[in-house]
Order: sequence, then structure tokens, then C-alpha cells
Amino acid sequence: MNETTAHAHIQSGQQLQTGQQHPIRLYLFVWGLLFVLSAFSYMVDYLGLQGYLRWTLILLFMMAKAGLIVAVFMHMAWERLALVYAILLPPLLVLVFVALMVSEADYTIFTRLAFFGTGP
Amino acid sequence: MAQTIGTHGEPDLRPAGLRGVAADFASDQRAFKTASWGKAMMWIFLLSDTFVFGCFLIAYMTARMSTPVAWPNPSEVFALHIGGQDVPLILIAIMTFVLISSSGTMAMAVNFGYRQERHRTAMLMLLTALLGAGFVGMQAFEWTKLITEGVRPWENPWGAAQFGSTFFMITGFHGTHVTIGVIFLLIVARKVWRGDFDQERRGFFTSRRGRYEGVEIMGLYWHFVDLVWVFIFAFFYLW
Repeated sequence: MNETTAHAHIQSGQQLQTGQQHPIRLYLFVWGLLFVLSAFSYMVDYLGLQGYLRWTLILLFMMAKAGLIVAVFMHMAWERLALVYAILLPPLLVLVFVALMVSEADYTIFTRLAFFGTGP
Repeated sequence: MAQTIGTHGEPDLRPAGLRGVAADFASDQRAFKTASWGKAMMWIFLLSDTFVFGCFLIAYMTARMSTPVAWPNPSEVFALHIGGQDVPLILIAIMTFVLISSSGTMAMAVNFGYRQERHRTAMLMLLTALLGAGFVGMQAFEWTKLITEGVRPWENPWGAAQFGSTFFMITGFHGTHVTIGVIFLLIVARKVWRGDFDQERRGFFTSRRGRYEGVEIMGLYWHFVDLVWVFIFAFFYLW
């Protein structure tokens, strides 16, 4: 089997079934890593860390887990860049929406405090 | 689909990197050269679902940032009384581990699928479905607990009233996704067990030849459900 046919499996008629084929060790390794990262993010709460340290760690572990799932489990690391960009770039626009709503929420709480004090 | 990879096993000569992106999109053909239509459509669906959950989490952020009333502390709200003491967030931690485990078994199922070990693939998918059902069960337990404690979409005993509505909406929508995933898993597992993908039996709905790629596409959906939970866990339960 040469390099190119190693990915092809079933041959029936003219059709070829091809697919993502990677060593099981890689999946087990990522699986273990996800467990460890989940344990870490739970520890953030268990140890009662507060403030910027807490938020930084939460985001760090979250992004690491999300990256591993998308890259390895969902095979994004082996797809062509055209698909990767088409799928992963649009969600970044959500951050623009976040920025808009942060400023909106700031304004809402400002008016609430100005008109109602600390009431509802 | 097959012709883009090379039916006769010739090496893939497509350019890589940004040049490849430009060439793929400018080819006046299908843009996703190595992804079948099924996989590409699942990815596009997942992209749209990302926006749905993104909007939910943004709504939650806006509600939490704009209320002058203190937000209930999730660490205490979701604590369980075990062995004479409150363990913070323990149920949610277990749910997280269950879902991660199910993602692992799904990844293994995809792998064994492409190795054409259909019984092992089907068993791993059933195990995935079982873990998924367990997750939904624990979520039902959590909902029951909170509802008996007086959490409603419009009020709760601990603080800002918006807590209940965002909680029910976000976890409810995610739980629905898991439930649909379990049903989807059972359907595909049956096909795998029966050998549909080995005989390339045509699907009852699309009439397309069955392929083991179906398992991978199913896996994409399942991993996405896990992915969404990663964000919900971080922003709703831990923040």
C-alpha cells in the first residue's frame, strides 16, 4: 500500500470509500487530555479562585478543550484550509455582537441605577 | 466525490495554504474539494447552530451584566449534599465527564467504522448513546431539583430573576440537542450493525449509497454537542 491508497478502504465498482484514518493512540491521548483539562476547570471552582485569575483560567481551559475537540475529534486539522476558514472564521463575528451587547448592557445598568437606584 | 481525491490513486496535486484556499474557492466547481456534500452540509448546519447558541450565551451575558441584583452563585446553587457536606458543582462536573467520555467513544466508533469493524463500531455508538441518555437523565434530575427549590423562569430564591429563564433556555436547548443526538445515534448504529455501509445499501430517505462516512458525519454532530457544553460549562456554571 502506498501513501495515497492507505486512505482508501472499500473498493466496489468504481466507487471508493475514503475517510479520515488516524492512529487510535492519538484519540486516546486527546481523550485523556480532555479529562485532565475538565478536571482543571472544575478545580478552578472547587478551590474558589476569584477575579481575573479565575476568568483567565476558565477561558484558557475552555479554549484548549474546544480546540482539541474541533481539531482532532472533528478532524478539522486534516481538512483543506478552504473548509477550515469557511467554518471557523464566521463565528469570530460573534465577538462583534458580544462587544455591541457589552456596551448595550452597560447602558442598561447605568439607566437602571440612575432611575431606580438598586431596585429591579 | 471520488474524482477529487483521485480514483486511480494518483497523488493529490492541489496547492496548500492560502493559495489553496483561493484556488478551491475560485475553481468554478465545488469549493470543498475533499469534503463530501454530506460532511460539508453538516459543518454548515453546525455553523448555524453555533450562532444559535452564541445568541443564547450573549443574551445570558447581557442579562447578567445589566441587572443591579446579585447573580445567584452557581457554585452553591448546583452543589449536592454528599456525605454530610456540600460539594460544589459536583453534578455538573460528573455531567461534563460523562459527555467527554461519550465524545471519546464516538471518536473511537468513527475510527473503527473506517476500519470496517461494524460490530465494534455499532457497540461503541450504542455506548455513546447510553452515555448521552445518562447525561439527559442527570439534567432531568438537576431540573427537578431546581424546580422543587423554587426556581422559575421569572423568579428564584437567591437573586437576579433572569437566572431561571437563562438557565432553562440554555440547558433546555442543549438537552434537546443531546436527545436528538441519541436518536440519531441509534438510527445510524442500527444501520452499521445491519451492514448497510458494507453493502452500500441505499438510504430510505436520500437513496444514496450507505458509506462509513455517515458515522463520521454523525460524529461531527455529537462532538458539536460536547463542544457547546464546554462553552456552557465555562460561561454559565463556572463564571
